Amino acid sequence: MSDPKELLYSKSHEWVEMIDDTTAKVGLTDYAQNELGGLVFVNLPEEGDDIAAGEPFADVESVKAVSDVFSPVTGTVSEINEDLLDSPEMINDSPYEAWFVKVEGISEKVELLDEKAYAEFVDSLSEE
Amino acid sequence: MAEEKLKRTSLYDTHVKYGGKIVDFAGWELPVQYKSGVIAEHMAVRTKAGMFDVSHMGEVLCKGPDALKNLNMLLTNDYSGMHDGQARYSPMCNEKGGVVDDLIAYKHDDQCYLLVVNAANKDKDYNWMKAHQFGDVVFEDISDQVGQIALQGPLAKSILKKVTAEENIPAEYYACTFDKDVAGVKCMISTTGYTGEDGVELYMPKEDAPKVYEALMEAGKDDGLIPCGLGARDTLRLEAGMPLYGHEMDDTVSPREAGLGIFVKMDKEDFIGKDAIEAMGKPPKRRKIGLKVTGRGIIREHQDVFQDGKKIGVTTSGTHCPYLDHAYAVALVETDNREPGSKVEVDVRGRRVEAEIVKMPFYKRG
Repeated sequence: MSDPKELLYSKSHEWVEMIDDTTAKVGLTDYAQNELGGLVFVNLPEEGDDIAAGEPFADVESVKAVSDVFSPVTGTVSEINEDLLDSPEMINDSPYEAWFVKVEGISEKVELLDEKAYAEFVDSLSEE
Repeated sequence: MAEEKLKRTSLYDTHVKYGGKIVDFAGWELPVQYKSGVIAEHMAVRTKAGMFDVSHMGEVLCKGPDALKNLNMLLTNDYSGMHDGQARYSPMCNEKGGVVDDLIAYKHDDQCYLLVVNAANKDKDYNWMKAHQFGDVVFEDISDQVGQIALQGPLAKSILKKVTAEENIPAEYYACTFDKDVAGVKCMISTTGYTGEDGVELYMPKEDAPKVYEALMEAGKDDGLIPCGLGARDTLRLEAGMPLYGHEMDDTVSPREAGLGIFVKMDKEDFIGKDAIEAMGKPPKRRKIGLKVTGRGIIREHQDVFQDGKKIGVTTSGTHCPYLDHAYAVALVETDNREPGSKVEVDVRGRRVEAEIVKMPFYKRG
């Protein structure tokens, strides 16, 4: 799967869709879902929660382990994707449609890469 | 500082060939899963067949005229009255009644038994056995020579019949045959397993393991046989309610506390740990319970269990069980109320998740 060109990417493998300057949707990249394996559970924050750039805001569970999902932005959760709660496997099947949260009032962001830079970053990981 | 090199079974290249994701397990490089993933591998074993490399397990021979006497002293179960080719499971306890390891002993003949122990405990067990041996007996560690493959699932035996004569496969459960030709390799075939499904475990000289493995993959390819890793091995055994050493029991937990009382034969004259186990009572104060998660979340090991606001114990294992498609856990608790249906709460990373006490096993085949 190639990563969508219109999205931005964090080095902790989250994608960001900037809806406008201070609103975004966030999810996990294809690389992340492949590394995590089949997901069976998702823990999401609640609407109204403040989340901070670089800090965990959700977690996902495979059969074997729990993994934190890091927020690429600082802001307030305006919406959560309830579909993920019932069908966490969507994250594996369609990672770029399986948004976790919609965030508004965005003030800060972590370093975000465009699709090309993220692809290079991912390639460099497999060379380690 | 010298780095301890990880060990590889003779099937390492086979795992890489089949796309195994190799991890460090008890000092061995083994696949936690293949490209199919833990869930698909688990389901294959429950509905068709799956194959595991379990060559890392330890094998110790107990030989001599006093073999049976030594086994009956070391182990809580009673090993008298077995016919050749019979297998029996037992905890092995220390003087305090704690479990040193759990193992299966296979009787070859009155003067020779094969003991199969957990990989992580092999050296500890072998040293323990030698430290406690008496009379005319020899313990011999043959682990480095032995390869072991587990073939498990409803189709396991029909696949096996394509590479060995049907009469080579023991008809009984918990039995074994020796020196049988499987795909041109002399194997021990045992009707045992760690999945809760029908199936076998095959033992062979380790250099012949790849030949047997590939022959079985070929024989089972139209039946849906796939290689399975350690991840599925753990979810299968947990779903089927089987204990794992280091979780449900360790040297501070006695067999009755771990729900293994049926494997403790108090009418044996003596065995290591007998007095201590007797003193703990029946049932002992701490006891294993099964939990079905009723709240939101997956309960895992080492999480505190609360009942009516009071901490009663700790979980020892827990996961999302793929076949049942639900999260289950096992806990060791001290409480007067272990009734199925009773509610508890478990602290899952700072959040209380509700669960219900249920009977075990969670899954039973057929």
